[in-house]
Amino acid sequence: MPEITYRTALMEAMAEEMERDDKVMIMGEEVAQFKGSYKVTEGLLEKFGEKRVIDTPISEAGFTGLAIGAAMMGLRPICELMFWSFSYVAFDQMFNNAPNVRYMSGGLANVPLVIRGPANGGTNVGATHSHTPENFAANTPGLKVACPATAYDAKGLLKSAIRDNDPVFFMENTILYNDKGEVPDEEYLIPLGSADVKREGTDLTIVAHGRAVITSLKAAEILEEKHNVHAEVVDLRSIRPLDEETILESVRKTNRVLLVEENKPFCGVDAQISHMIQENAFDYLDGPIKRLSAVDAPAIYSPPLEKLQLPYPEIVVTSALDALK
Amino acid sequence: MAKAVDVNAGLTNEQRIEFLQTMIRIRRFEERSLRAYQQGKIGGFLHLYIGQEAVAVGTVSVMGEHDHVITAYRDHGHALAVGMGMNECFAELQGKYTGCSKGKGGSMHFFAPDKNFWGGHGIVAGQTPLGAGIAYALKYQGLKGSCLCFMGDGAVNQGAYHEALNLAGLWDLPVVYIIENNGYSMGTSQERSSAGELLAKRAEGYHIAWDVCDGHNLEEVRQKTAQAIARAHDECKPTILEIDTYRYRGHSVADPDKTYRTKEEIAEYQRTKDPINLYKSQLIKEGVLSEEQAKEIDKAARAEAEEAAQFADQSPYPPVEEITRDVYWEVDNPDHKVSQGRIFFEDPHTDEG
Repeated sequence: MPEITYRTALMEAMAEEMERDDKVMIMGEEVAQFKGSYKVTEGLLEKFGEKRVIDTPISEAGFTGLAIGAAMMGLRPICELMFWSFSYVAFDQMFNNAPNVRYMSGGLANVPLVIRGPANGGTNVGATHSHTPENFAANTPGLKVACPATAYDAKGLLKSAIRDNDPVFFMENTILYNDKGEVPDEEYLIPLGSADVKREGTDLTIVAHGRAVITSLKAAEILEEKHNVHAEVVDLRSIRPLDEETILESVRKTNRVLLVEENKPFCGVDAQISHMIQENAFDYLDGPIKRLSAVDAPAIYSPPLEKLQLPYPEIVVTSALDALK
Repeated sequence: MAKAVDVNAGLTNEQRIEFLQTMIRIRRFEERSLRAYQQGKIGGFLHLYIGQEAVAVGTVSVMGEHDHVITAYRDHGHALAVGMGMNECFAELQGKYTGCSKGKGGSMHFFAPDKNFWGGHGIVAGQTPLGAGIAYALKYQGLKGSCLCFMGDGAVNQGAYHEALNLAGLWDLPVVYIIENNGYSMGTSQERSSAGELLAKRAEGYHIAWDVCDGHNLEEVRQKTAQAIARAHDECKPTILEIDTYRYRGHSVADPDKTYRTKEEIAEYQRTKDPINLYKSQLIKEGVLSEEQAKEIDKAARAEAEEAAQFADQSPYPPVEEITRDVYWEVDNPDHKVSQGRIFFEDPHTDEG
């Protein structure tokens, strides 16, 4: 299988879906002429023209709201946010209009919309540009939320998101854009709500999403090499819908759990996962569920400290050993 | 420049009487709904349109096949003007299953996409980017259409509106922003809330055409709206149309309406500028309508509103399972479901998801 970057995988997903359905178009800041702030949309303007690849002004509320209206009329817009942090200036459109139109119309109007872009810290851009809002989005009925960790998942999940008839918030990670992974030439889709066991193990289940999956996989290697601990790593891939069964199956096998996320801990995604595990697999647990989230403060700028604020392999190892006590 | 023909020149007597009838039906519906609210049958907000009827009826009356409407929370008038029935509207006010949105939207969120009516939106100016999006979709699909995006005068000071205007001007979108200027953004007068005089004139900063209109004069509303729609259809360009109007009731029924304007002011509007009285008098004077006919129309409108109120009373509330329906398309269309996993976490009423 050919190896491509996470970035190219996303671009291919959009190109294939735009090829397939002329109602799919992409708009966002710098997506066309500039070829994308992260070059995710590189080549799309040349291929599909300016009617379908549209540079917007710096107006997140304006263009995401416009996309909602266009989606109600049957288009399938993809909006790129330069940072998911910028969703905060469009909160009413994205978190109030997008998820509620179907409900308030009693099912008469739909919003088949994808809003995508990076949602991560760790890039020395300070607190205002480092938000991870997957927990707010998943807390909003009417929205779906996906957080791919690999090139393969990014492509398959994005294709599913574009075909979905409801709004899907698709959260990528700038640090992963250059990561390469195997992606088949032939078409494939990954359904939302299907977790993936990225590494099998018997001693401990590590549940993660987004880049925390990659961090956890590195930690799992160290655990095996240095501590003879065989950790299983479950990648959620989407937060809502959530594949509970894959998580629970792993927990029933290993009986020990560590939850790792770059989300903040207070009311974060893993608070929900922890609740779900204790409710459904309490009798299988041999110890308390452990959590490792971003350190609970605004994202710090200072580069060496910022690295310590997010989960890193060594601290995942320490937390995993703690979970085994 | 695209110029609308005189849309009032060729009107038949029947058409003119129908405009009057629709205005009267809206008013009687609103008055009856106020009673239901006072009887405790309607929860939350009730933003009445009484006094503004010529705006909804006049604008909607010049719409064609590909012209669409989206509006804010004072939406009952537009809903009836586009042809929604009083029954489904009244039932929605009372949160009944027979309501246009199955009782899920309430007063502020009426919808009828089959009549090109895209809601009823509750957040001030929240619908203004959506209106640009509806126009965008029409243009994208090569349709000669427009979106009439209604808003109150208070909405002009929200950021989302200005972002939408910039997009509409930048991309030549066939959207008509109709500012229904009733003088008060909730309980704050225009002078106390908006800088500058004419709200529509702000269009110039976005290179958008604009106009003002007497909203108490139905036929003027028709003509000015037709001009804006012609600009959308023939030049694919936006317009801001500021229509002067007046509401007799408070911002919502919960507004005691005693602090920011005088009773005399309201009475003066009712006496001299009431859009229904003005149009009725005009039609009688021109021999189009008799006093007797006018009374009959009013009687029928009252009876229709009363029947709608009864219909709402007698309709059932939605079953409890409805709380989690119409949230996700896929959940409601299980034969087409492709996603997996759990989509609702706490769902005591159904085992969907």
